[in-house]
Amino acid sequence: MSDRVLELRDVHRTHGRGPTAVRALRGVSLTVCAGELVAVMGPSGSGKSTLLNLAGGLDRPTSGEVLVEGVPLAGCSRTELAALRRRRIGYVFQDLNLLASLTAVENVALPLELDGTGVRRSRHLALAALDRMELTGIAGRFPDELSGGQQQRVAIARALVGERRLVLADEPTGALDSQTGEAVLRLLRSTVDDGAAGVLVTHEARHAAWADRVVFLRDGEIVDISGPLSQPEDLLTAGPATS
Amino acid sequence: MHTPYAYSVLMPIRHGLLALLQRGPMYGYQLRASFEESTGGTWPLNIGQVYTTLTRLERDELVRALPSSDGGQRPYEITQAGRTELAKWFSTPVNRSDRPRDELTIKLALAITTPGMDVSAILRTQRTATMRSLQEYTRLKAGANRPNDLAWRLVLDALLFQAEAEIRWLDHCEASLVRFAVPATHSGAPDNTPAGAASPPAASARPPAGDANEIDADEIDAEVARHE
Repeated sequence: MSDRVLELRDVHRTHGRGPTAVRALRGVSLTVCAGELVAVMGPSGSGKSTLLNLAGGLDRPTSGEVLVEGVPLAGCSRTELAALRRRRIGYVFQDLNLLASLTAVENVALPLELDGTGVRRSRHLALAALDRMELTGIAGRFPDELSGGQQQRVAIARALVGERRLVLADEPTGALDSQTGEAVLRLLRSTVDDGAAGVLVTHEARHAAWADRVVFLRDGEIVDISGPLSQPEDLLTAGPATS
Repeated sequence: MHTPYAYSVLMPIRHGLLALLQRGPMYGYQLRASFEESTGGTWPLNIGQVYTTLTRLERDELVRALPSSDGGQRPYEITQAGRTELAKWFSTPVNRSDRPRDELTIKLALAITTPGMDVSAILRTQRTATMRSLQEYTRLKAGANRPNDLAWRLVLDALLFQAEAEIRWLDHCEASLVRFAVPATHSGAPDNTPAGAASPPAASARPPAGDANEIDADEIDAEVARHE
């Protein structure tokens, strides 16, 4: 039980009421364990972002339960939710939201400082997080002095700083070129391999392929889940799907 | 004489062996090992294929056999004609129409025109399988201990891109089905229509007939644009 970091139990989310109501999620159940990366794919409007927002406590379900580390979010006060988001949940959004007036290391340290960690310790942890992203040399630079790929990695460092148990990523590779995008996914993967649980929303199959499981959403429902095969060597002789 | 299909399958082995022999004389087992190494193990050859191909290359005077070694191994070397043939192969683009027909495309086309087929289910099954392949290729790439082996990386990338393209196409097929079909075949989706009240499921997968096809193309383009 203890390794279940995120659980969605028969979650429904309806936006609006009456004839114009939109049923964004219809009975979605999903468990993500520590060390597991789950990708969520689906066409626009299939409920991907709603799922991510519910998982991060940014939105509440119409019915059903969302649990993070066994704690039902429905029972949390706004303050408790905010603390959970600062301490345990890391977000990587396509829109990076780096603060332009803060350096890279200050951006990464900010959530820790907001949470009451001392400035010196926050900075120490932030530098360690930047180091993991191979960004040690640019810690003192401002966002507009960084390339798109570097900014994205700073945003990931900020999402992962401290003891984040759940990483939620919404199209984290954004408009990055394929090599830089791959580096970002490699880092996300290694973070999860180190013990976090991850949810990656993407419309790119090549990015989703970094996950252990790929969940396909359509019209607010899970229509498919693809897990790994046990014999990767078999594939090399077969070619993709047809030969 | 080769059939076009056999020709297209055999060509890369012929030229693959020529390319390897360009490095220097080799005998059959060396060629097999080098070929598999160059293609990242994605294309295992049996030794029979290697010797059959060498015999044909020798017949066509593209390679020649050298005297056997003390161990009884018989090396081959590339001829000038072989070098010319190889240079021509490298400089000529691969023609897509020479490749074997794609079974999946044929399967989908037949499923759509066969009464009673649940095309959505076929699409989902295929996409799950292709996604698994993509996951495994990615895992191999992520775990590769051969960061400097460019040939291996690029072969893996080719498989990744092909699988990705197939998934995009399957998504496109599914979106087109949803757009042009009766929704009754969607398993799991809430359905307010009483069973049997809609047109039969077989019709669901059919595109509208006749002059509607011109409109279809535009709508499909719009659908593709939305997904990109």
